[in-house]
Amino acid sequence: MFTETPFIRKKRRNEVIAKFFFGGMAAAMVIPLFLIVGYIVIQGWPSISWEFLTENPRSGGAKGGIWAAIVGTFYIVFFSLAFSAPIGVLAAVYLNEYATENWFTRIVNLAVINLAGVPSIVHGLFGVGAFVYFANFNNGKKSIIAAALTLAVMTLPVIIASTKEALAAVPRQFREACWNVGATRWQTIWKIVLPNSISGILTGVILQVSRTAGETAPVMLTGVATYKLLDSTGLFLYHPITDQCMALSMHLYYIATQANNVPHSTPFAIATVLIGVVLIVNAAAISFRVYLRSRKKW
Amino acid sequence: MASNKKIEVHDLRTFYGAKEVHHGISFDIAPNEIFAIIGPAQSGKTTLLRAINRTLEFTAGSRMTGSIKVDGEDVQKTSNVYELRRKIGMVAPLPVGLPLTIYDNVAFAPRASGIKDKSFLDAHVEKCLRQAALWEEVKDRLDSLGTKLSGGQQQRLTIARALSHQPEILCLDEFSIAIDPVTTMRIEDVLKELKKEMTIILVTNLVQQARRLASRTMFLWNGDIIELDHNDVMFSDKTKDKRTYEYVNGIFG
Repeated sequence: MFTETPFIRKKRRNEVIAKFFFGGMAAAMVIPLFLIVGYIVIQGWPSISWEFLTENPRSGGAKGGIWAAIVGTFYIVFFSLAFSAPIGVLAAVYLNEYATENWFTRIVNLAVINLAGVPSIVHGLFGVGAFVYFANFNNGKKSIIAAALTLAVMTLPVIIASTKEALAAVPRQFREACWNVGATRWQTIWKIVLPNSISGILTGVILQVSRTAGETAPVMLTGVATYKLLDSTGLFLYHPITDQCMALSMHLYYIATQANNVPHSTPFAIATVLIGVVLIVNAAAISFRVYLRSRKKW
Repeated sequence: MASNKKIEVHDLRTFYGAKEVHHGISFDIAPNEIFAIIGPAQSGKTTLLRAINRTLEFTAGSRMTGSIKVDGEDVQKTSNVYELRRKIGMVAPLPVGLPLTIYDNVAFAPRASGIKDKSFLDAHVEKCLRQAALWEEVKDRLDSLGTKLSGGQQQRLTIARALSHQPEILCLDEFSIAIDPVTTMRIEDVLKELKKEMTIILVTNLVQQARRLASRTMFLWNGDIIELDHNDVMFSDKTKDKRTYEYVNGIFG
């Protein structure tokens, strides 16, 4: 009945080769992950302790903990997203739901695409000019707000692009069905489009958390100090406008390259904490997204 | 204006960009008639419906000239386009259950027009679902999702939603292409009932459906009206245009 011809045999062999080749490429991605994360965690583990997480640095960072840097990173991420998430989502709603194709939207879309490709150090220099000197929040000195705004400008185009994509994934028939029964654009957006794209929108925003937490160059220029201690372990001790802060990314750079007499394991420990912070935020976001997905209705 | 014309279309031209869809068509639709529009694909049937309820403007680059009057009021000049759209119930070819519960699907339009009264909504949802011949099948699960219903049920849900804003005109755009013949017949019975209350525009690919239901039928082809007449003419050998006879009898080529 079904005898195997040479042609079929060859096809089947090619199928096996292709599968293993592509599978191998996919598996190769796992190797750097384990090497990076595994190596860092193993090297850094001896330095990580409760004191390391909750105390200020001492002796130029060689001793003590990194509490001030952890708090600073949270400050920067929080304020940055407080600006970029609402502005980015609203802009994307306008571009995807209201705007018609004309010269204005073409320029905005062009700006979004091109801004996303600007290197972060250039954003940093822009931030110095725009937020440190021109906006002058802190008498020409760096400040947390300037760093947060710089990062917000940097992440905005990506948030706009990902939000637009999430909105565009909602089928157009849903919108037409709403328009047909006399709903306004806003009623359509609020009742149908946003509830069905919110998980995608959040995904895009959340991905920017890790980027914001990890950036060094822009914040170094606009708001992060190498050494800015907190008086105690209180959380609200940085003033967002008149203070600079420490940040994990900057602290890691400083400890790894500038500080003296630092134990070998300390930079790895800082990197572990940085990865941990990002992972915790992502895990929280992903579980929230899974929850929203489970309520998705089509 | 006590007119015997529910809809008056005069010299309608519609465009998508540079492409002209309708080449200046004029016709009237009387109140409480079932008016069928037949014609091959790309004839401008759907675009015509979209021009009447002004959802054509949601397509970038579209525009229209000429006039469409509903109850004597020019749709292009109306001050309340949402009111106009509520006057016209629209049923799309493929059923669109909104990603909401069955109840919310039907209550969507009344709520969008500002009605919040729970007891009114409850009674109204039941009435619309009954009119669409769906109530008996879903009355115990109004809180389950509209998108989980079968295709035929979703199409009746779509009809219930189109009736939910108490339209005076009901437009059905090839409503039966995604549903089985039994459901189609049930909906056709529903339409015969609804005819007492409203004007019905029936766009259909099924020539026999137009023959069964409509009092008059319009044959639209490439954006022109080939022929528009009462059904006893349109479906006979007395058609004025040979193409009508050929199309109706399936020998169009």
